[in-house]
Amino acid sequence: MIQFCSPTNEVSLSPRARSALEPSLTNQEQLRNFCIIAHIDHGKSTLADRMLQLTGIVDDRQMRAQYLDRMDIERERGITIKSQAVRLPWELDNETFALNMIDTPGHVDFTYEVSRSLAACEGAVLLVDAAQGIEAQTLANLYLAMENDLEIIPVLNKIDLPAAQPEKYAEELANLIGGSPEDCLRVSGKTGAGVSELLDRIVERVPAPKGDSDAPARAMIFDSVYDSYRGVVTYIRMIDGRLSAREQIQMMSTKAVHELLEIGVISPEPVVAKGLAAGEVGYMITGVKDVRLSKVGDTVTTKNKPATVALQGYAEPKPMVFSGIYPIDGSDYPNLREALDKLRLSDASLVYEPETSAALGFGFRCGFLGLLHLEIITERLEREFNLSLIATAPSVVYQVTGEDNTEFIVTNPSEFPEGKIKVVKEPIVRATILSPKDYVGTIMDLCQTRRGTMIDMQYLGEDRVQLRYQLPLAEIVFDFFDQLKSKTQGYGSLDYEEHGYLPGDLVKVDLLLQGEKVDAFSSIVHKDKAYGHGTKITSKLLELIPRQQFEVPIQAAIGSRIIARESVRAVRKDVLAKCYGGDISRKRKLLEKQKEGKKRMKMVGRVEVPQDAFIKALSSDEVSTSEKKK
Amino acid sequence: MKTFHAYVHIPFCEFRCGYCDFNTYTAKEIGGLSQSSFHESLITEINASAEILRNSGYPERPLSTLFFGGGTPSLFTGEQIGQIMASLKSNYDFQPDIEITLEANPESATPEYLEELAGKGVTRISLGVQSFDPKVLATLERVHDPEKVGPILSAASQLGLETSLDLIYGAPNESMDSWRKTVETAVSMGTGHISAYSLIVEPGTKLARQIKVGALPETNDDLDAEKFEVADQVFEANGLPWYEVANWGKPSRHNHAYWTSADWWGFGPGAHSHLNGNRFWNTKHPLSYQKELVNKMPVAGVEYIDARTNLEERLMLELRTSTGIPMSVLVELGVAESTIKPFVVEGSLKIEGENLAVTAAGRLFVDRIVLQLLTN
Repeated sequence: MIQFCSPTNEVSLSPRARSALEPSLTNQEQLRNFCIIAHIDHGKSTLADRMLQLTGIVDDRQMRAQYLDRMDIERERGITIKSQAVRLPWELDNETFALNMIDTPGHVDFTYEVSRSLAACEGAVLLVDAAQGIEAQTLANLYLAMENDLEIIPVLNKIDLPAAQPEKYAEELANLIGGSPEDCLRVSGKTGAGVSELLDRIVERVPAPKGDSDAPARAMIFDSVYDSYRGVVTYIRMIDGRLSAREQIQMMSTKAVHELLEIGVISPEPVVAKGLAAGEVGYMITGVKDVRLSKVGDTVTTKNKPATVALQGYAEPKPMVFSGIYPIDGSDYPNLREALDKLRLSDASLVYEPETSAALGFGFRCGFLGLLHLEIITERLEREFNLSLIATAPSVVYQVTGEDNTEFIVTNPSEFPEGKIKVVKEPIVRATILSPKDYVGTIMDLCQTRRGTMIDMQYLGEDRVQLRYQLPLAEIVFDFFDQLKSKTQGYGSLDYEEHGYLPGDLVKVDLLLQGEKVDAFSSIVHKDKAYGHGTKITSKLLELIPRQQFEVPIQAAIGSRIIARESVRAVRKDVLAKCYGGDISRKRKLLEKQKEGKKRMKMVGRVEVPQDAFIKALSSDEVSTSEKKK
Repeated sequence: MKTFHAYVHIPFCEFRCGYCDFNTYTAKEIGGLSQSSFHESLITEINASAEILRNSGYPERPLSTLFFGGGTPSLFTGEQIGQIMASLKSNYDFQPDIEITLEANPESATPEYLEELAGKGVTRISLGVQSFDPKVLATLERVHDPEKVGPILSAASQLGLETSLDLIYGAPNESMDSWRKTVETAVSMGTGHISAYSLIVEPGTKLARQIKVGALPETNDDLDAEKFEVADQVFEANGLPWYEVANWGKPSRHNHAYWTSADWWGFGPGAHSHLNGNRFWNTKHPLSYQKELVNKMPVAGVEYIDARTNLEERLMLELRTSTGIPMSVLVELGVAESTIKPFVVEGSLKIEGENLAVTAAGRLFVDRIVLQLLTN
């Protein structure tokens, strides 16, 4: 996974600043706090890598691609999940500055983390791929940055690409943020071209922090991560006053007092400091073991000279999708609980509570920020805790009102009330889709089939269009993004925000194996789509369920009405034809393999169902063939 | 004490059949190797094996059975077969009632040849007939004339040789009628033993390619199951009782040795051996086999079978037979009674005395049952 960058001939990567400013003694005038807003794949991490090299804090020998992405999954998938703050020394006109770069995630699931990072900065580098132009996610984050009054520095990246069209996209950016296309810097994170000019520009344009150095300390927690060796590491942005090592600090929300065991900056490894002064960005360690005790959005002050007014916090991330997570082997249940407890130490957005499924046994209903979050968590559970898991198809949260006006919140389709129902409300989102204009027709078709209502359509430039749609979250949560990508040959991009609840004509479709309802396969769908859904899921399961020694009827039903039916024919024979001298070892190895295979099977009643069937049964055919989304 | 057995692999064929993935070669000469002198290499291995066993303190045991397989062993002259047997006899000695089987093709098994073999001590001929339907034989690319089988069997009986027929069912385009005729013809010829195998399309064979490009239809497991039942009915009705997944009639003592984890040495390229809980196998290609034999044993791999694996192997093999497996083995494997019971209730397993065995209904599901016994 680790790659070493080859030294490039084009730009000298020698550090310009001869000495770094000492944390806690740095004047606010010499500080610049900025973040980078970019779409996935637009080269943010590579640009960050060049900045680390150019400012000399990572030498060429230690350099590896995507230096700041710490988790294996981040590096493998090429995405940043956890933001980081790195202090970079830089010199302009013989004056030394300390630049704090706050890395941000670029996926729609993690928008709330972006908003946190933005609040810790005075400026934002808007990084756009010079061959692709701005994408929906970037646009959303740009608007967030503008709302936060950040100084925006537009930058076109990847100018070394043959397909780069910097003029065209500079024009597009100028239209979006004002100013002239010439203001748009042109860089290449790959070759390093333009990166030192960018650092100069940051010093020139991004305003210095303007906190009150003498006021009682106020620091905003913008991230909190769990480190198995050190406990919780909390990232803070000092607003006013100062914090010093060994001091008693206080969390303003809970009034909890901790001792500040360590404080420092990241550059790009932790550097211990005496303290942090107003305007600075760094980390602190208090010895707490749970990120929820050092909560993102909280304000840190000192016990001796406490501030009276807390800083404005962040909106807590709300889980958008729920999925049941079950161990294949029921005896792994305590291990799964322990693993979730551990993951929650580092991921405050993960929520879960125990649930029981008639088909799958004991497990947990988990809430996620989105599908990528779900994938990452299940992958981490399997990889880091060596568990074999079944994740049920993701569901959104429904508000159901019965005839007698009782209200239910339904996060699991199998809990959908059976009796008379007055109204079912489902979560709605406003989606922004950016795409080349050629795909407008296909995108409109897609949104139409997903029960979307168009809000408006706007041309961003000559050939790029922004479509805004109101869509039920349930319609986009599963494979909408994959579909959008495949129907626009990868050019379409998506962002969405919650937009309340609306009543919908929704029904529960159940699935029966051998006449027995399998709760884990239940889903809530629009009435008009129920028949199609039933047909799809039964024929999918026909493919997914291996033949057994008996016939397995598969039925989809609304209430007691069967709407679709298939049948897995019974297997007639399962025995090796010949078994003599040389066949024995081969046969035994096959048996070993089959034993392993059986571990990925879940017994549902008498029927063996493959682990992945619970999600695959509800996916579209295209998903398996289309490129997995990053 | 465990019995001791020998297998000798003759890796030559006149022609490679489309379905075959066995370790066999159609050239008469391969590099410095010649079919006419290859028995000398086999004898080298036999001599070396006896020396190794003597030096390792392995108790001296005369051979209970000997099996010439291939390839096509009947491509070796009677003289070549005789020299191999003489070497085995002088190195290991034979039990007085030794069973010596040789696989033969109807093409190469002439009455004169059989007479020569009988004279040298061969007791049993296993004839690769596969089908009596010329169309099926054509699909399988078998070159023999089915009309020859009858006279060969008569000649063999007159010489006092036991006989066995190998049949294959489930070839693409083989109808149920065709198969029924094949099994009826086979029993009408008065053989004492029949092996019937469902055709397995092995990856990499010509047959696999023909099916992949659509030149031949896919095989059909469901139809194969019916063909098994047809064969079983016909064989049983004609005095050939079922005794192993693919075998009917008077049991082959040699095959029985494989299924009961007896000791045997497999001589020849690619041959597998099983001795004292170790399995090892020879280099596959005859030329490398021959070259290696010049200064060492041509062993390509060894595996030690630990106690648990041995029990699992026993279950896997013995459950294939009509005798079944002692219940004590299941107890040692930790298979709970509650795991076994559902199979008895559904009628695929039965308990007979001390043994657990498959019923007629369970025969075609042995692999599935074993897997479930070991994992449920």
